[in-house]
Amino acid sequence: MSITKEEVIHVAHLARLEFSEEELERFAEQLADILSYVEKLGELDTSNVEPTYHALKLTNVFREDEVKESLPTEEALANAPERENGFFVVPKVIK
Amino acid sequence: MEWHKLPLAAQLEKLRAGEVESLALTRALLERIKEKDSRIKAFLKVTEEEALAAAEEADRKRRAGEERPLLGLPLAIKDNICTRGITTTCASKILANFVPPFDATVVERLKEAGAVILGKTNLDEFAMGSSTENSAFFPTKNPWDPSRVPGGSSGGSAAAVAAGFCSGALGSDTGGSIRQPASFCGVVGLKPTYGRVSRYGLVAFASSLDQIGPLTRTVKDAALLLQYIAGHDPKDSTSAPEEVPDYLAALKTDLKGKKIGVPKEYFGEGLDEEVRQKVEDALRIFREELGLETKEISLPHTPYAVATYYIIAPAEASSNLARYDGVKYGLRVEADDLIEMYKKTRSQGFGPEVKRRIMIGTYALSAGYYDAYYKKASQVRTLIARDFEEAFREVDFIIGPVAPTPAFKLEERVDDPLKMYLSDIYTISVNLAGIVGLSLPCGFSKEGLPVGLQIMGPHFSEPQTLALGHQFEEILKLYEKYPEI
Repeated sequence: MSITKEEVIHVAHLARLEFSEEELERFAEQLADILSYVEKLGELDTSNVEPTYHALKLTNVFREDEVKESLPTEEALANAPERENGFFVVPKVIK
Repeated sequence: MEWHKLPLAAQLEKLRAGEVESLALTRALLERIKEKDSRIKAFLKVTEEEALAAAEEADRKRRAGEERPLLGLPLAIKDNICTRGITTTCASKILANFVPPFDATVVERLKEAGAVILGKTNLDEFAMGSSTENSAFFPTKNPWDPSRVPGGSSGGSAAAVAAGFCSGALGSDTGGSIRQPASFCGVVGLKPTYGRVSRYGLVAFASSLDQIGPLTRTVKDAALLLQYIAGHDPKDSTSAPEEVPDYLAALKTDLKGKKIGVPKEYFGEGLDEEVRQKVEDALRIFREELGLETKEISLPHTPYAVATYYIIAPAEASSNLARYDGVKYGLRVEADDLIEMYKKTRSQGFGPEVKRRIMIGTYALSAGYYDAYYKKASQVRTLIARDFEEAFREVDFIIGPVAPTPAFKLEERVDDPLKMYLSDIYTISVNLAGIVGLSLPCGFSKEGLPVGLQIMGPHFSEPQTLALGHQFEEILKLYEKYPEI
């Protein structure tokens, strides 16, 4: 199993990460190692096996749509790197 | 009086009897931390002021005749569990200054029960690791041998209990993160059934696998803490609406004649000879002294557990960690546009292991690969869960080692992620199946390193599993042994 540098760059973009040249090479190698190891799952025939996404047989949980106390805006924003008038501030999106 | 040598139950007894006040006990432990933690580095933050205030408050309540089940009892909390007004960093630079505006449900419940919180313990960044070396701040040392790792990711909590900085702490376990450090540090660690304990306020790593549990000196203490953190929570829709039984009362359950399955896959290649020996010695005790039966069983899909886990956990992590975007909380690295800001923030904020897992997860979930990796792994997860279901039709418990080796040396495995992942080989299946896993000491290696034993039980078998662990620990009484630090 090998992974190209271009693939690493593509996945990094999807994950909103960026790497130096040196890191890209190291990651390509390590990812390839890990994915090769994972390929052993291919030895198993799972054609009629339902996937498990959750360990307990819980179904959807519903509750009444009632108004309850929530975090005050000030507290919810207290950890924001930048805030203004009760809003989070981000760099300009529309040019 | 060496207060730090007393297990929680004994500390509580002395508090109730008025033989010690919470303030004195809390002070004694804070002193010990101040004196010795520079060698161990178990704590990321010691909340001295808050702890002393909480201890005084506990003493006031006791004098006023107010009873609470854990009144005045000092505990530590892993730093990926939110504490109102106290930084919760996940040992990551991206959350270095994050101060939660709320308590996790487990913290709220412990406070309600009267516990005193001493501080927040170190971990592998976002609980991703098996040695606590992935902490962005500093590694924690093993109290039995400071040249070795305490295990991970709850290495700070395990080391704190082993070093006598506290007799109980909370950790979290996604693939062995409570049980493996407990084993490396010679303490008890319980991963409860998935959904037994609310995850509200536990910073999410892999939501279908994460579970909070206690690390303590004795199994009895693990039962004591579980009692007050377990139970359904409307704030966590994955918490189970099951009754919480009386775990302490259940410790006396008569288990004679019950059956223990010994999975042959847990004793194969890669298992250290001394660990094998200690676990086999323990099995003899279960048979000869406790009157249980043991029989060999097979969990045939065990060899696929690590591969399954290292798709599912990173996939869930890549999605959960998308929230660290420099907008709502945590680090922000300024840039001209939004995408650049995300990339710079995340690249500077996350450490190498976290990035590695985000990359694996993103790859496994990306277009064209989803079926081959994520779906495939989720199907194999079904097979692993079925192995346990079938085994538990024949046996009541499954017993094996916790980790293939005792604690390894610092830096020994940091450059080889795959080798690090393989140290979780015996603990991962329990998370994939959502069952109970209890790690407890069963001996020491020739080098004086603790060796752990794992008892696995079906969903919601905490009463029986803890009972078996308790009856075993009362024979060897390994909890009386303390490392010199």
